[in-house]
Amino acid sequence: MHPTLWLMLGHRLLIALLTLVVVSLVVFMATEVLPGDVAQILLGQAATPEAVAGLRTAMHLDDPAFLRFLRWFGGLVTGDLGTSYANNLPITTLIGGRLVSSLKLAGATALFSVPVALTLGITAAMLRGSVYDRAVTVATITVISVPEFMVATSGVLIFAVWLQWLPALSFSRDVQSFGELLRVYAMPVMTLSFVISAQMIRMTRAAVLEALGTPYVEMALLKGASRSRMVLRHALPNAIGPVVNAVALSLSYLLGGVIIVETIFNYPGIAKLMVDAVATRDLPLIQSCAMIFCFVYLLLITTADMVAIISNPKLR
Amino acid sequence: MTQLVDIRDLRVDATTDAGRRIEIIKGISLTVAEGEMVALIGESGSGKTTIALSLLGHARDGCRIAGGSILVAGQDMAKLSERERAKLRGTVVSYVPQSAAAAFNPSLRVMDQVIEITRIHRLMPRAEAEARAVALFRALSLPEPERIGARYPHQLSGGQLQRLAAAMALIGDPRLVVFDEPTTALDVTTQIEVLRAIKSVMRGTSAGGVYVSHDLAIVAQVADRIVVLKNGEVQEEGPTAQILSAPRHPYTKALLAAFRPETVPAQPAAPEAEAAAPPVLEVDDVSAGYGWVPGRAMPLIRAVKNVSFRVERGRNIGIIGESGCGKSTLARTIAGIMPACGGGISLEGQRLAPLAAQRSREQLRRLQIVFQSADTALNPAKQIGEIIGRPLTFYQSLRGAAREARVDQLLDMVQLPRPLKHRHAAELSGGQKQRVNLARALAADPSVILCDEITSALDTVVAAAIIELLRELQNGLGLSYVFISHDLPTVQAICNEVVVMRGGEKLEQCLAMQVGDPSGHPYSQLLMASVPRLDPSWLDGLDHHPQLGRAPPG
Repeated sequence: MHPTLWLMLGHRLLIALLTLVVVSLVVFMATEVLPGDVAQILLGQAATPEAVAGLRTAMHLDDPAFLRFLRWFGGLVTGDLGTSYANNLPITTLIGGRLVSSLKLAGATALFSVPVALTLGITAAMLRGSVYDRAVTVATITVISVPEFMVATSGVLIFAVWLQWLPALSFSRDVQSFGELLRVYAMPVMTLSFVISAQMIRMTRAAVLEALGTPYVEMALLKGASRSRMVLRHALPNAIGPVVNAVALSLSYLLGGVIIVETIFNYPGIAKLMVDAVATRDLPLIQSCAMIFCFVYLLLITTADMVAIISNPKLR
Repeated sequence: MTQLVDIRDLRVDATTDAGRRIEIIKGISLTVAEGEMVALIGESGSGKTTIALSLLGHARDGCRIAGGSILVAGQDMAKLSERERAKLRGTVVSYVPQSAAAAFNPSLRVMDQVIEITRIHRLMPRAEAEARAVALFRALSLPEPERIGARYPHQLSGGQLQRLAAAMALIGDPRLVVFDEPTTALDVTTQIEVLRAIKSVMRGTSAGGVYVSHDLAIVAQVADRIVVLKNGEVQEEGPTAQILSAPRHPYTKALLAAFRPETVPAQPAAPEAEAAAPPVLEVDDVSAGYGWVPGRAMPLIRAVKNVSFRVERGRNIGIIGESGCGKSTLARTIAGIMPACGGGISLEGQRLAPLAAQRSREQLRRLQIVFQSADTALNPAKQIGEIIGRPLTFYQSLRGAAREARVDQLLDMVQLPRPLKHRHAAELSGGQKQRVNLARALAADPSVILCDEITSALDTVVAAAIIELLRELQNGLGLSYVFISHDLPTVQAICNEVVVMRGGEKLEQCLAMQVGDPSGHPYSQLLMASVPRLDPSWLDGLDHHPQLGRAPPG
């Protein structure tokens, strides 16, 4: 391995950590400027000013903002996310199960959609201009244009109401067998795959096509290489960077952006938890959810960048 | 006798962006005998690469073999299916590309690419193929033939990659090798190594060859027969010696005439004038480089090291050297595009600030630069009149009719038709674009024009016309040029004096005609000796040259 490679990877990692700190600052400040006094809200309209002041002191709300940020950030780092305002439970408990559910759904969707999308993108590029390529292109554009609630509700209408093949709601707790598991996850996974595959297909197709236009692929052609050899051996290894980035960007949507799907299928995920937290003004919970979304996003993007760096032959 | 290649009435169509079909190869016929090397020569757009690719049954995107037959070893490439063609590529006919640096896949080791033909066509076991490759590397005088295959393309030089590309073409023992300008992108000294390697390795095989080039002198060294092309038609065809000594077609004559433009007589400057007026441009001990690190006074990589020279009014100085010698960095430093990290630059006695942004408008006006790539130096969204008119407004506050009149004058000066001012850059030819660039520089009414490789991307005939134009302009306007180029004959054609650079340093400065004299720097002599000559025995004669005669150091 090249020493520069380690340097660049370390550099990228450092930037990711720095970004995380900056993001936490922004999240904290954004929730700071929300109107309303937390103590007042918690105690309700009937509370006496003395009680409100007492609670403020007890919750350290009168401390300088910087101190409170440090305390909160220190908690984040050590895994203590604080206590929910709404029901006084530790936030780790509230989030724990939800996060696992969300990760399950995201994982299932990724396992299904990434291979399908990459295959479609690569084959479309290989057969550029063919009927197949056009069909894939039209289908992806259609899917991009249709909002996901439409996909989800149509799915429920067709598969749950008319055909009655699949359950309309997804309570993952009731799952007993593998077949049951498939039935429960089928519709949310399908809906989410629709949403995130389109971008991956388009980016993969574009990246492979660009690599196919290079002189070294023409050289492979003039050496007698078959179409699949040109794509798989010559074009694809040089298209890894953009493809991995497209995949990471699409997958990052799976955690924070799935509120509609979670709502329609009544799936107990983390996006729904955050929306509920906004409704109840549960600031620590909002902050924690926001930080988790940011963390996953950064993790994916950083991984993608690092894969792109490693796949660069000049750093071998 | 049966021919190895027999092209009859070949026609190739191209589809334009507007959807029109135009014929780019208009019924060409040519033959190559077994073991013969035939050169296709012509300027860009003459169709030489298109013909070369058609020998492999390939037409680039938008092109189509529309008619005729292309018999290669008895098989008609025009009629075969794509699968059948693929079978012949690499085994019967193979290809050496113009830019090997781009034709090697950056993410595969070169050995895997060199022996790929044997893998695709299942010609031999891997170990045998690698042994063959190593033998070819040795025959092509590549350094470390045993180990060079394990490297990645970016770890090798352009000349090495070009020789590896030749090995790649020869690995499948083809009957015909197509060379598509294999030395065009190389420096002169490297060009000799590659040319020699190709020539000796082709002598060792029975394969025939087609050698595509725009350079008559190169072709003279390798070809048995020359075919002169223009606009997709054969102009003239004959044995190499006859084409060079007794060309019949006017176009061939023009090519030969443009080949070595006449040189300027080295008139010494009038001594009293030199003493009285300050030099128009003085570069004093200038250093410059890339990779500025905060807190350090010097950039990490110094591309120009302590270079000094002066340009007297009305005289020209040439800066010559191979790629990476720092000549373009020097031009950019003088122009203030990048700052000098040491030394100073004076224009007509005034010291200039390091960066263009800190220089006065008057100083900017008097020092103009023309870039190598005319395509990217012109704004594609603006009309030509607008491009030339902008410096008129900026420097001389000309507007309206006065500005229009001056634009017309400038177009006349660079010998472009006036209606061209309503066109966009994309509609112009390479030579026309370079003239527009020149007109834009002239619009400022400068004392010095920095010409950075302005003829390098142009065809020989077009480049010769630009040099002629530069000379005429100089006579009328009392300009000085700083002419940067890697091509010694071009520099000699326009400059009184020449600065030779290597590795960022100025090696010597002498009168243009004296470059390469035995009394000068050995490197200048090497450069001079490396300039290809029309004499077909030039390359072989170099075996006895004190510097070039040795085996290439690699």
